[in-house]
Amino acid sequence: MIVTTNLTKTYGSAVVVNDVSLKLPRGGVTSIIGSNGAGKSTLLALASRLLPATSGSVTIDGLDVTTTPGDMLARRLSILRQDNHIAARLTIRDLVAFGRYPHSKGRMTADDEKMVSDAIRYLGLEALSDRFLDEISGGQRQRAFVAMVLAQDTDYVLLDEPLNNLDMKHAVSMMKLIRRIADELSKTFVLVLHDINFASIYSDHIVAMREGTVVRQGTPREIVRSDVLNQIFGIDIAIHEIDGHRIGLYYV
Amino acid sequence: MLASLDPSQPRPLRAIAVLAAIAVAVAVAFMTIGANGQWDFVLSFRGSKLAAMALVGYAIAVSTVLFQTITANRILTPAIMGLDSLFILIQTSLVFALGSGRVALIAPQAMFLVHCAAMIGFSWLLYRTLFSGRLQSLHLVMLVGLVLGVLFRSLATLMQRIMSPNEFIVLQDRLFANFNAVNTDVLLISAVAVAAATMLGWRSLRTFDVLALGRDAAISLGVDYKATVTLVLIIVAVLVSVSTALVGPVTFFGLLVASLAYRIAGSSKHIHVLPVAVLLAITALIGGQLVLERVFALNTALSIIIEFAGGIAFIILTLRSAR
Repeated sequence: MIVTTNLTKTYGSAVVVNDVSLKLPRGGVTSIIGSNGAGKSTLLALASRLLPATSGSVTIDGLDVTTTPGDMLARRLSILRQDNHIAARLTIRDLVAFGRYPHSKGRMTADDEKMVSDAIRYLGLEALSDRFLDEISGGQRQRAFVAMVLAQDTDYVLLDEPLNNLDMKHAVSMMKLIRRIADELSKTFVLVLHDINFASIYSDHIVAMREGTVVRQGTPREIVRSDVLNQIFGIDIAIHEIDGHRIGLYYV
Repeated sequence: MLASLDPSQPRPLRAIAVLAAIAVAVAVAFMTIGANGQWDFVLSFRGSKLAAMALVGYAIAVSTVLFQTITANRILTPAIMGLDSLFILIQTSLVFALGSGRVALIAPQAMFLVHCAAMIGFSWLLYRTLFSGRLQSLHLVMLVGLVLGVLFRSLATLMQRIMSPNEFIVLQDRLFANFNAVNTDVLLISAVAVAAATMLGWRSLRTFDVLALGRDAAISLGVDYKATVTLVLIIVAVLVSVSTALVGPVTFFGLLVASLAYRIAGSSKHIHVLPVAVLLAITALIGGQLVLERVFALNTALSIIIEFAGGIAFIILTLRSAR
């Protein structure tokens, strides 16, 4: 379980995350939604110790993220942020192999190699695995980074906009993959998503943020409703039930 | 040796083997070509020069590659931290305050230790004050280092303006990178410092590979980021002290060998890139000095040739990364 207690992050006088107390249960897919600047990515970065909190605390299965040794946390929790720029020239396989670092400390065993190959196959990158990261498209690079995080094989996986740069086909297959891994390997995913329809269809739990605070949380059925979405995003979104899924029509 | 040239070997290992062979050949040539007369004199005279160039090559190559790793930027060198400006400032203030006569009396080993301590202390302080506070940005540390470097240089220039011309000439001699008049008195202590820095970093070689992914990814993979970056900064400070103490400030040479090394090694692992960079640096220094002594008959300075080639490489790199 990921627990945040009175978590606050400020930059000078700007409050980015404001007194957030959340309990994210183990297992399943949780999506965080909200407008730009609502504090979603910051919340994820605080939960994964990438940013120090101004006040409050975060625990992962009871371990405080600021005091637990980094390598111990790295075997329980992985995070992928947006905009990953790497100066070194790496192939997809090199990159994914780094996911095994918390376990192998750089000395790869046959098991580690197998996990790397599996992760590459899950993301459909076998044919590209020896290509360099600067020779592939943005969407392929995004998938390579997700493969690295999967190779890390942690109970908790935090992904900041995993659908960034992906076309329709790969966005859908990414969400299906996340759903499948969550169900089959009972891992916990926390995603920042912009498309409420992906959140509606694929998540168990939705957390809605606005101006640094959590305004609503609940099942997709409770959140994906015109009145609730209006409170979160400030626009009118008509909700239609299509094949048992609640779909928001926000284009018009 | 020949076995390691087998094409079935991975490319980084082949590159290291070939470069090692070239480095040895150049070193042998440097020791023997044109040597007539007393061998014991020639060998010890050239031997200490050779050792100094090997140490300097090692120090510059390793410090540049590691510095580029922690900054995740391949056109930076440790010079941006203002370390060599600090060297210039220390030298200038010593000559200014004590006079060149008394400075000449200071034991070179003591001078070396002063430089070492000042550079390590400077980078540590810079890092501590900035990085432990609210502003957690390594780039800010670099920027402040850059500004302080300019300050050091300006202070040094001010003192140079008002000192007597005779003192200034003595000082200038100490400030220019000079591979002909290597400071051999500090060879032993330099070797010890380089060995210590190497041992500090040795166990973390694989961690350095992860650092190249950037701060966020490194932390996510369980690297103790602050501790590792501090370790690298200390190693860099020691190595820069060694190279400046031995031959003076060198700006572009590290950039040249580091960018060549990434290309030649064909791997981004430090265990491959570092030996390639070190061997390239040593070969370039010794080979350059050999050509300089035998072909140009000491009519020019090696550092000028190196900085010229390095500067061109820097421009090419900048243009290429701008595309």
